[in-house]
Amino acid sequence: MDKTQVLLALAVALFAIGLVGVIVRRNVLVMLMCMELMLNGVNLSLVTFAHQAASNVGAVLVFLVFVVAAAEISIAIPIVLLLVRNKRTLDLSAYTDLKG
Amino acid sequence: MSLLSLIVVLPLVGFLVNGLAGNRLGKGFVSAVGCGLPIVSFLITVKCFIDLKAGNYAPLVENAYTWATVGESAFGISFYFDRLSAVMTLIVTGVGSLIHIYSIGYMHQDKSYARYFAYLNLFLFFMLLLVLGKTLLVLFVGWEGVGLASYLLIGFWFEDMEKARAGKKAFIANRIGDAGFLLGMFVLYSTLGTLEMDRINAAFSTSPLPAVSASLIGVLLFIGATGKSAQIPLYVWLPDAMAGPTPVSALIHAATMVTAGVYMIARLAPIYMHAPEASELVAVVGALTALFAATIAITQTDIKKVLAYSTVSQLGFMFVALGVGAYGVAVFHVYTHAFFKACLFLGAGSVIHALSGEQDIRKMGGLARMIPITFVTFAIATAAIAGIPPLAGFFSKDEILWFAFASERGGSTLLWLVMSLTALMTAFYMFRLLWLTFFGRSRMDHEVEHHVHESPLSMTSVLAILAVLSAIGGFFSVPHFLEPQLPLPAVPDSLHHYEKLLVGIAVAIGLAGLAGAAYVYGGTGARAERLRSRFAGVHRVLYDKYYVDELYDAVIAKPLLWISDRVFLRIGDRALIDGTLNGMAALAQRAAGLLGRVQTGSLHFYAFLVLTGMVAVVIWSWRHV
Repeated sequence: MDKTQVLLALAVALFAIGLVGVIVRRNVLVMLMCMELMLNGVNLSLVTFAHQAASNVGAVLVFLVFVVAAAEISIAIPIVLLLVRNKRTLDLSAYTDLKG
Repeated sequence: MSLLSLIVVLPLVGFLVNGLAGNRLGKGFVSAVGCGLPIVSFLITVKCFIDLKAGNYAPLVENAYTWATVGESAFGISFYFDRLSAVMTLIVTGVGSLIHIYSIGYMHQDKSYARYFAYLNLFLFFMLLLVLGKTLLVLFVGWEGVGLASYLLIGFWFEDMEKARAGKKAFIANRIGDAGFLLGMFVLYSTLGTLEMDRINAAFSTSPLPAVSASLIGVLLFIGATGKSAQIPLYVWLPDAMAGPTPVSALIHAATMVTAGVYMIARLAPIYMHAPEASELVAVVGALTALFAATIAITQTDIKKVLAYSTVSQLGFMFVALGVGAYGVAVFHVYTHAFFKACLFLGAGSVIHALSGEQDIRKMGGLARMIPITFVTFAIATAAIAGIPPLAGFFSKDEILWFAFASERGGSTLLWLVMSLTALMTAFYMFRLLWLTFFGRSRMDHEVEHHVHESPLSMTSVLAILAVLSAIGGFFSVPHFLEPQLPLPAVPDSLHHYEKLLVGIAVAIGLAGLAGAAYVYGGTGARAERLRSRFAGVHRVLYDKYYVDELYDAVIAKPLLWISDRVFLRIGDRALIDGTLNGMAALAQRAAGLLGRVQTGSLHFYAFLVLTGMVAVVIWSWRHV
């Protein structure tokens, strides 16, 4: 197993852990953290492929993903704050009002 | 604008002024406009008549406006003033103006005074359009318009459901007739390519005749006439039309509008001259209507209802004259009838006015001394309609009887017998009305009797004028005047020597009616009571008008109502149309309900669905790419 394969396996593992975490965990903050894990899994795979292809394009894309992730979290945290202020809980199963 | 158009348009101006601004203008102004313009119309008509005479009776024609041009044929609004329309226009504007003046007194307390005069002027406008129109189309517009005005005026006091319903009945009965009239017009137009009446008449006066059955056209147009002129089977609306104000009954439902059918047939006489079957139908229907209505009139107790049935009966006389080809004589009866029937109705209005609204002749009696002017005029008009010489009705009725007997175009002894019997009944029920209203002892409530008063001058002067016209109107021989245009039917030489005898019989009939009524209703009235109990069954049938309304209700109205309710409303409207729309809406709603269950609101569930989807996509692409 060479280095690339190890790194890709790590990326898949990070993404899978993040995805399962988002689906399974109830705490909103933990879910946000899991989403960051998924993003980082993707970043890792981008960097790995960029290295393999000997190109800088993938590495540049990683920075873009960082920026988007930072923006996303800066909106997500205030939303979480407002939610908590409303129902005094971080448990997402309390927030099921929006249903058909 | 030239004179003929002016005759027609002036009442329309009155309608617009009074109808739009009447309530703000005050009663004096409304009366001035409402009566002034018809009087001006009348004066212009007289002027036109003098012009007509000066021009040696060459018809005056005036093209006012081209309505539409379709292909080759142009439909214009044009007016035609010949001997026949001159007589009719003089009656309409003359009697019309008198009745407008009478209305000032009769309606002065009504809160819708301006609306009343507006409608009355509107009626006059359409009636003049009808009698002056040169084409059948203009005549038809007037024909429909007078129906509208009649509807509006019958239901003038529309707060009373009964009266609103009477208006509706008149309108619907007229619509049925109009369908026949329209079909007749269609047949005429499709074969001749024109609706100009002088061209239609010319086409039917020269050989070869148009390739169309004159009887078919005649019968179709006559169906229209049965509606407008209240003949069997569509006469039922006229007695109910008495719900309107009394001057309206006098103007529309006695003197002018109901004679429109007679005018139309006389105007299109050349068609009927080539339509022996249609003419026979006209005569038979006229005779039956005359007899039928006269029998009903004998037992009615409402003063206006008696006059209404008498109008139906007199219209029957006119149609008999038309049916035997004596068109000029029919118009003669229209002319005399306009005077004496208007006088009778207005006299009845004066009686009702004096008795504070009472219309039941069983609650009248002894009025002769209390309202003498009304009495005298009413008596003259009664004698005129009964055919006592030398009053107007005698001349026209005698000529109708003569031609019903002797005309070569369908006269017969049987027809004469039926009409003479009807004339006898006419004299009887009219003198009965006179007796019960004006003679004998008073049967009024004390309260009502206390308030009895003679009507104001605006009413009594009109009564006087009409009474004079009913008395002397017969000396102007309309048939003779119209003869160059509407020739009288030939009479077989063998019958000429009967003429004097028939005149004698006609006079005897009038006097017999008078004597009969005086005998039965004179004195204490016990004889009438005995007669009624003797023929109780007959009396009930006559009093209930042969149950014709009930028959129509059971045979036509009820099944129509049933089919409308069961088939059209419940199956067609509710089940089919509403059902389809509601069904589609319900389908969408139910599908949305099912899909809505997926929308749980739980974010984890959504995320799980996303995961499932992603896995599915990966598997699919692995398999296929």
